[in-house]
Amino acid sequence: MNKVTFPHMGESFRAFKMLLNDLGNEVILPPRPTLNTINLGVQFAPEFACFPLKILMGTYLEAIQKGANILVTTGGVGPCRAGLYAELHKKILHDLGHQIEMIVFEPPRLYPLNFIRNVYKLNQAKLSIKAIIERIKKGWRKLQALDNAEKLTHIIRPRELKKGTTTQKYKQVLEWIDDANTFNDIIEAETAALEELHKIPQDPDRLVVKVGIVGEIYVLLEPAANLEIEETLGNLGVEVERSMFLTGWARDNTWKETVEGMTVKDAALPYLPELIGGHGRDSIGNTVLYAKRKFDGIIQLAPFTCIPEIVARTILPAVSKDYDIPVLTFFLDEQTGKAGMNTRLEAFVDLMKRKKLKNNTKPQYGHIPRHLFN
Amino acid sequence: MLRIGIPSAFFYYVHYPMWKTFFEELNVQVVTSGKTTRQIVDNGVREALADACVPVKVYFGHVIDLYNKVDYLFIPRIVCLNKKTVYCPKFLGLPDMIRYGIANMPPVIDVRIDARSRKDSLFAAFHKVGKMLGKTPLQINKAIIKAKICQHNFQKLLSSGFQPIEAINNIFAGQVTKPPSQLEQLKFAVVGYPYIIHDQYISVDIINKLRKMGISVITSDNISNLILRLQPRVAAKHLFWTFSERTLRATSHFARRKDIDGIIHMSAFGCGPDSIVDRYIQLDNYSSKIPFLRLVIDELSGVAGVSTRLEAFVDMVKRKKRGMP
Repeated sequence: MNKVTFPHMGESFRAFKMLLNDLGNEVILPPRPTLNTINLGVQFAPEFACFPLKILMGTYLEAIQKGANILVTTGGVGPCRAGLYAELHKKILHDLGHQIEMIVFEPPRLYPLNFIRNVYKLNQAKLSIKAIIERIKKGWRKLQALDNAEKLTHIIRPRELKKGTTTQKYKQVLEWIDDANTFNDIIEAETAALEELHKIPQDPDRLVVKVGIVGEIYVLLEPAANLEIEETLGNLGVEVERSMFLTGWARDNTWKETVEGMTVKDAALPYLPELIGGHGRDSIGNTVLYAKRKFDGIIQLAPFTCIPEIVARTILPAVSKDYDIPVLTFFLDEQTGKAGMNTRLEAFVDLMKRKKLKNNTKPQYGHIPRHLFN
Repeated sequence: MLRIGIPSAFFYYVHYPMWKTFFEELNVQVVTSGKTTRQIVDNGVREALADACVPVKVYFGHVIDLYNKVDYLFIPRIVCLNKKTVYCPKFLGLPDMIRYGIANMPPVIDVRIDARSRKDSLFAAFHKVGKMLGKTPLQINKAIIKAKICQHNFQKLLSSGFQPIEAINNIFAGQVTKPPSQLEQLKFAVVGYPYIIHDQYISVDIINKLRKMGISVITSDNISNLILRLQPRVAAKHLFWTFSERTLRATSHFARRKDIDGIIHMSAFGCGPDSIVDRYIQLDNYSSKIPFLRLVIDELSGVAGVSTRLEAFVDMVKRKKRGMP
């Protein structure tokens, strides 16, 4: 029997687990990356490889210890090196003597055959094409539900009365979504989850600053890689809007570009007219868009030695000056410490709050209109 | 006369003769920033992002050096030249990095070159640049032909064993240095990106250092494109970046040649593509029989440290060659 595992990326594993189970595979859940995972990854990954490669390396090794023999991951067509990571991981794992199979999904828009072949390999339950499409749709819906719940926590957390309530409730509602296995159940669980999060007591008079988070997708989506920056910021009274969610990114890269994708491109055009791979252009475009929406600050997250983000970082000061918006960059790697990061974040938040009060704009109080999230 | 600045870094080692001829045919003076010096590196380190790799910092330094010496800076956005592989992301965003990364620079001539689309091809790029300078298509075409011939001569010199800087001197300064003699007892291959191995400052002049030790040197730039393209494909998925693909193929070519006694791979600290190239070289065991040295350099590399490692490596290779254990 296939024992399948895949990269750990935030809470998305819940949807992938369901999808792969439905297709008749045994799923070895990728463990949430810990210090041990990172150490394991660093040991076998190349020195200058970016942080995501090292974490994934560790994750794969841990999953293989748990019995996984098939790794499902994504490829890419460059110029970001993440497109070669599947190949490199395979080489390293084979070199270490692990007999695993790697199933790499290339962008289906460019490689439709590869997509079909991979789905066929994973389709152990011998489902009909119609059934597979239905299962994928269901998995997709679950991903959306997970993303929606997460988005809401970013807004509620800075306003909660008792610190930690949101995080606690969020963990609880994730299980509800996790348990839902049919299309209708997922929608029901999502509604209940959003209800539950809205019930958290909030402080309507708190001064809340709004920060947009831009950067490379893996360190944005995996809290273990960004040291739970969203939670930390939420606890500091910052409403976070992340520029990237798995559903949005996947849509842009599989079927066709969404309206959001196009606007980001247009926004970045005066500064960076070229697709430089990774998410360099998105970082710039999103910064411009957030600035136009009067955010108080931007945080850029990037793995150490990530070239697209280095290019973006070189250009961002110009954007910051043109739009008068503060930008803070974190280059993350296995050496990044949480305490140091928190100090920088606290200072950044203090600056933003002070600027907001000085500019004498009416601070943003109160609840967010509920209809925005239903 | 209009002055155009071409920083002596990155593509300088690959395309400089072509662009210089092109501009001079159009009656434009070409100014370069010369050899990398301590001053240039320091300037670059100050202005560029700390996390960038050394060559980027060096490039920044060269650009700063050209400040107030030129009317325009020529920084093309080279995306793809062979219709297959693109260049490292830093090249794709290079004009923007310079434009927004350094204050008060002269205007940048930024032309997109992507051989995969007709409107961005090299030919079109020549015409766009020529038009910006206010020249007629006839003049531009004439200049293109001259430029191509010059580039062809440059490639011929490279294939005959000259290193890029020697070839450039040979073409423009008329220094008729003989190709380095092939009589030395040892022959090393130095592989890596041309803007690292041929930059005499950041590579701590490795090529001449080896020559002084009585070793003849061949680099990946001395191998013709055809030979590189004919290398059997090792990786299941080819690398995305032109220079990296070239380095990998050159290494596999050298590893199979009988006359090479050692391979040195030189890369810069924090180089993204090299993190993959290097592991490919190790895992595919290209150099199972040939001694292999990987040198990582950064802006702090000391000459003494690199020399010691080189000497140790050379001694090891000599012992091996004499059949000693």
